[in-house]
Amino acid sequence: MESEIYNAQRDSDFRCDVTYAYDSGYGLSHGTVDYISAAKGEEAWLREFRHGALDTFFSKTLPPWFDCGNIGAIDFSKIRYYLAHGEEVKQTWEDVPDRIKETFARLGVPENERKFLAGVEAQFDSEAAYSRMRDALLKRGVIFVDSTVGLRDYAHIFRKFFATVVPVADNKFSALNSAVFSGGSFIYVPAGVKVEQPLQAYFRINSESFGQFERTLIVVDEGAEVTYLEGCTAPRFDTSNLHSAVVEVVALAGAKIQYITVQNWSNSVYNLVTKRAVAHAGADIRWIDCNIGSKFTAKYPAIILKGERARGEILSIAVASSGQHHDTGAKVVHLANNTSSNITSKSVSIRDGVASYRGLLRTGPGLSGCKNKTRCDALLLNGESKSSTHPKIQAIGGKNRVEHEASVSRIDGEQIFYMMQRGIGEKHAVSLSVNGFVNDLIREFPMEYGVELKRLIELEAENSLG
Amino acid sequence: MSALEIKELSVSVEGKVVLHGFSLLIPSGEVHALMGPNGAGKSSLANAIAGHPSYKIERGDILFNGSSIVDLLPDERARLGIFLSFQYPAELPGVSVANFIRAAVEARSKEHVSATEFYKKLYECMDFLHIDRSFTSRSMNVGFSGGEKKRFEILQMLMLRPTCALLDEIDSGLDVDALKIVAEGFNSMRSAGMSALLITHYRRLLHHIVPDAVHVIGGGHVVRSGGLELVDSLERGGYQSVGT
Repeated sequence: MESEIYNAQRDSDFRCDVTYAYDSGYGLSHGTVDYISAAKGEEAWLREFRHGALDTFFSKTLPPWFDCGNIGAIDFSKIRYYLAHGEEVKQTWEDVPDRIKETFARLGVPENERKFLAGVEAQFDSEAAYSRMRDALLKRGVIFVDSTVGLRDYAHIFRKFFATVVPVADNKFSALNSAVFSGGSFIYVPAGVKVEQPLQAYFRINSESFGQFERTLIVVDEGAEVTYLEGCTAPRFDTSNLHSAVVEVVALAGAKIQYITVQNWSNSVYNLVTKRAVAHAGADIRWIDCNIGSKFTAKYPAIILKGERARGEILSIAVASSGQHHDTGAKVVHLANNTSSNITSKSVSIRDGVASYRGLLRTGPGLSGCKNKTRCDALLLNGESKSSTHPKIQAIGGKNRVEHEASVSRIDGEQIFYMMQRGIGEKHAVSLSVNGFVNDLIREFPMEYGVELKRLIELEAENSLG
Repeated sequence: MSALEIKELSVSVEGKVVLHGFSLLIPSGEVHALMGPNGAGKSSLANAIAGHPSYKIERGDILFNGSSIVDLLPDERARLGIFLSFQYPAELPGVSVANFIRAAVEARSKEHVSATEFYKKLYECMDFLHIDRSFTSRSMNVGFSGGEKKRFEILQMLMLRPTCALLDEIDSGLDVDALKIVAEGFNSMRSAGMSALLITHYRRLLHHIVPDAVHVIGGGHVVRSGGLELVDSLERGGYQSVGT
C-alpha cells in the first residue's frame, strides 16, 4: 500500500490509493458501455438503453452558451468513465474497509456523527462503498439504496420513472450520463409515509481524470414526505475532472420533497448537472443548492408543476472564486392552474470569478392563477469580478402573475469601514459582509451544513484580499 | 492615559480640503464638545481620527497617548480603544446584532469570549439602554429608526469600553427620553481613563453630558475654545457671533 498524497493547500486535497477492481480505462466508445454494463451485470434492456444514449451523446452538440466557460477544454477521450470499487455494498459501518473510513475521516465526517447518519448512503467512487438503511425505514417501506441496487432489486418502480423526467436526449450531458451512469441514489417513499430524518449521501471523486456520473431517482408517493441531503467534496488534481449527474425527482399528488445540495468541488472539476423534478397535484418541491468550487459549473435545478396547486421553490447560492465560472440558475414550467413557484438566487464573485444566472420561467397556454416570484442578487467583491443574468420568461395570458427582480452590487466600503472601526480586521469584515449577503439562504440548510457553508464562504471571501 | 492630540491637521476628501490646520488636545479623562455649522468639518474630523480611507491626511498628526496613529488601519486604531459613534451608522444586512457585537468584542479583547458571559453582559447593557432583547437576532441597523441606531451605537460603546470616544451627533433623531437614556449610558462610562469628543449642534445634549471644554469649528479649524458660556453665546448670536 502506497502512502497517501496529501496536499496541505486545501483540506480536501488528498486522496487514498485504492486498487480498482474494475476500471474501464480512458476514453468513450460502445466498448466502454459494454464494459460498464458487463461489470455491473446488467440486463439486456439497460445495455441497449446505454448504447442508444451514447449514440445520442455523439450526435448532440454542446449547448451554444457553453463556450462562455472553459467547457471547450474538455477532452472526452481523456476521461475514465467507469471505476468501481469492486466491493459489495456494506450494510454496517464496521464492515467498511479502513482505507475508506480514513477518507471519510479526512472529509470531516466525525465519528460520533455516524449515529446521526442513520440511513446514510455514502458513495466512494462509482459504487456505494457504504450503504446503511435504518430498520425503521425499511419497515415503513422506504427504499434508500444506490441506483445499481435500485435497478436490480426494485426494477418495477425504477423503470416506471427512469428517464421520464430527464429524457436521454434532453441535452448532451444527460445523454452522456445515460450512457455511462453508475452510482447515485434511488429513493422510494410509499404513500402517506413521512420520513422525519433527512436521508444523506456523501460522495466524492477519488481518481485522477475520472468522471463521475451519478444517476439519482427519487419517487415520493402520494402524501409522503422526504428530505434528501447531498454533500460533495473532491480532491484537487492537475488534470480536469468531469462530473455529470442526472437527478430525477417525482412528487406524486400531495407529496413533499426537499432536495438539498452542498457542493464544493476542487478547482479542476467540470460540474455539469441536470436536475429536474415533477410535481403532481398539490405536491411541493424545494431545491436548495449551494455551489462552491469547481472550474465550471452548469446547473439549473428545474421544476415542472404538472398538477393543480403544485408548488415549487428553488433557492441557490453560488460562490465563484478566481478561475471559476458558475453558470447556474433555475427553471420552472407551470403546466396547471393555480400553481406557484419561488426562485431566489444569490451569487458571489471573487477576484476574476464569474457567476451567471440563467433562468427559465414558462406558464403553459390557457392557464390561470399561476404565480411566480424570482429574485436574483449578485455581489461582486473585486473590480475584476463578473456577474451576468440571463432570465427567459415566457408567461402566456394575463391571468397569471410573474415577478422578476434582480440586483448587482459591489461590496460596500462604508460597511467594511464600520466593522473595522469596531476593531474587526478587513478580511473578517469582508467575510461577515459576504456571509450576511447569503445568510437568509444559508438558514434554509440544515444546521451542520450551514455552519460548514459559512466557514467555506468565509475562506473564499478572505481570499478576495489576497 | 488616553489623551487625544490633534496637531495642525489638514485633511482632504477627493481633493477637497475639509480640515485645515486643525489642532485640539483632549487630556485623559476629559470630555470636549465640538460645535459648528454644517460643512465646517466636524464629521470629517471624526472620520479622519477613525481612519476612514477616503479622508487623506495632507499635513499634521494625530497622537493617541503620545503616539501617532495616522499610519494605522481603522481596525488597529479601534483596538487601541478609539471608538466612533457614527452620525449615520452603516446597515449590515444578514449580520445579526449579537454576532456583530461579539465579533467586535472579541477583536477588541483579542480573545475568545464565552457565549454565556457575552450574552449576560449584552443583556445587561441592552436593559440599561431600554433596548428590547429581541433585537439581538436582527440584522445590525437594518430597518432601525434613527433613534434606535443611536442607541445601538451607545450599546456598542458600552460593550467595547473604549478609552477614546468620538460621538458624532449622538443627539440627532432622539426624543427627550431617548436622549436621557443615551446620555446616561455615556455618563456611566465617564472616567479618568477615557477621553471623549462630542460633536453636536445643540446645547440640549450638553445639559445631559456636561463637557469640560467647548470648541467651535469654522473653515476647517478651531475658531474659539472655552467653557459652557461659549454655548450660551452661540445660542444667542449664532455661529457668526463667535467668528465662523
